[in-house]
Amino acid sequence: MKALFALAWKSLLNRRASVMLTLLAVALSVALFLGVDKARTGAREGFGHTISGTDLIIGAPTGSVNLLLYSVFRMGNATAEISWPTYQELAARDDIAWTVPISLGDSHRGFRVMGTDHAYFEHYQYGRGQPLRFAKGVEMDDLFDAVIGADVARELGYDIGSPLVLSHGLGKADFGSGHENRPFRVVGILAPTGTPVDRTVIVSLEAITAIHVGWETGAKNPLADTITEDMIRSFNLTPKTITAVYAGLKRKGTILRTRREINTNKSEPLMAIIPGEALAELWSVTAMAERALLAVSIFVIAVGVVSILTSILTSLNERRREMSILRAVGARPGHIFGLLTLEAGLIGFLGALLGIVIVHVLILIAGPIVMQRYGISLGGTGPGMTDLLTLLAVTGASLLAGAIPAWAAFRRSLADGLSVKL
Amino acid sequence: MLPDAPSTDAIRVESLRFAWPGHPPVLDIDRFTLARGEKLFLRGPSGSGKSTLLGLIAGVLSPETGTIEVLGNGMAALSAAKRDRIRADHLGVIFQMFNLVPYLSVTGNVTLPLHFSPARRAKVGKDTEGEARRLLGRLGLTDETLLDRRVSDLSVGQQQRVAAARALMGGPDIVIADEPTSALDADVRDRFIELLSEEAGRTGAALLFVSHDASLARQFDRAVDLSEINRAGVSA
Repeated sequence: MKALFALAWKSLLNRRASVMLTLLAVALSVALFLGVDKARTGAREGFGHTISGTDLIIGAPTGSVNLLLYSVFRMGNATAEISWPTYQELAARDDIAWTVPISLGDSHRGFRVMGTDHAYFEHYQYGRGQPLRFAKGVEMDDLFDAVIGADVARELGYDIGSPLVLSHGLGKADFGSGHENRPFRVVGILAPTGTPVDRTVIVSLEAITAIHVGWETGAKNPLADTITEDMIRSFNLTPKTITAVYAGLKRKGTILRTRREINTNKSEPLMAIIPGEALAELWSVTAMAERALLAVSIFVIAVGVVSILTSILTSLNERRREMSILRAVGARPGHIFGLLTLEAGLIGFLGALLGIVIVHVLILIAGPIVMQRYGISLGGTGPGMTDLLTLLAVTGASLLAGAIPAWAAFRRSLADGLSVKL
Repeated sequence: MLPDAPSTDAIRVESLRFAWPGHPPVLDIDRFTLARGEKLFLRGPSGSGKSTLLGLIAGVLSPETGTIEVLGNGMAALSAAKRDRIRADHLGVIFQMFNLVPYLSVTGNVTLPLHFSPARRAKVGKDTEGEARRLLGRLGLTDETLLDRRVSDLSVGQQQRVAAARALMGGPDIVIADEPTSALDADVRDRFIELLSEEAGRTGAALLFVSHDASLARQFDRAVDLSEINRAGVSA
């Protein structure tokens, strides 16, 4: 067996150019498969870790996935809002322990702006119940104070005291239509969380109202620029509406009843979702696409394995002489079969190994970029069980595929005997 | 010496008939023997059935009827695996050309039979490379730089000597050479036969040398013409 292994290895080295190509085909197919799988698990874990400790999310009636996406992941927009009095009713409910109001809809240089209050810093948790932590500075105190996420600080080069101008809507650099006369000041920078919080500018609810003074109709009032900061401070800035509410219950056991009661609220239509349940619904939506992607990448691996078969099968004719030499020095037909199967298995094994290395190098390089762009962490997906199983499966499949040319050579070596006519 | 005792013959063929499926018989031999240690020249033009005969002796083919005994083992009665073992342990084979496995070094080729025969490995002992060097030296390949060279870099004459060293490695009882000199120049050829014969004599191996060239017969103990003993009468 050891001798056969050495023979197979030397034979592969001898044909290294064509073997390398086959190996690369296998490696790329394995890298694709593992890449898809890691992106998938990374996305699931990332999304799953974004919100923790919140029992219900309440918003205006919409799809539960939609509510989850805009309230937690800052994806998409709310179609309707909740009135302030309704929010106060919710906050006053006996079964609810705490509430965090959030107001969305503005942006700062591509980063979403979120209006909220002190409760957010106290109750919002991510990962396994980790609270938000300040890297620098403190919470907002003044009307024009802002707290920024770690990515906002890094990408825009902001530090404590940096001024920032919020723009209405979600444009990237909305000059002219912005709120230039309402300059904010950074007072706090949050530690990185690996969640969309890192890419958020947090201000007070009153600040959201303030930057919209003169915008009540949805377009800029010609007189808006004449309103001074002092005038704004003198207005009643209690918000009229908010976008959504995070809520924590006093007793988890009442969650279904509380949700039902909120969903059938009489004064204003509301919708309450359980974050985990909505996530599960989201995954059931994406599961089809995931499965299709995985199926495609498995087929690509199959193509890679077939290319091993092809390369060995096509080499058989020119290796006929070699086989009869091996037979002459005492190799049994089983040795010939074993040699070719081993060659296929070796290509499959090394190809899969290379594929795994490629994926992990790519994750090392592209991981931070993916994290930044999509908030998906690929970092926690170091070499693991999936890689090992893939390695074993591809090696096994290659051995099986190798059995086909091996069988052909086996039959031929029986028929050829010692005399091969060239 | 009892001529008919099986153990004294390296090879004994009796009433052998062989045909490829769907074809007329290629071999019909009443009697053919090679004594232990004997150097026999078997003349046979191409198409005379000599390759088939060698395949039967080497145990990769099985006869229809008749007896083939190799060192007293009746090949026809043995399983394919047992025949393979006898070949691995007791036979060395040299082909006309392209004798060497292209991806192995000279030493790797010479020591190749040892991988398939524990018996021959045991005879050589630990220093297989030393034995390979010694055999190559005996066959006139004394240049040490040759040992790690790719076999495709060798001349045809050198390749045949490497093949001869491989056939002799581990002291087999029978060396079968199938037209090993047909690709060699006359002077190289005579020297090759001389060295092969000498080295076979030293290890006590019987030599079955097959060629179409009758002029080589004088270098051997005995000569047999295959077309005379083969009644199947396949013509070239």
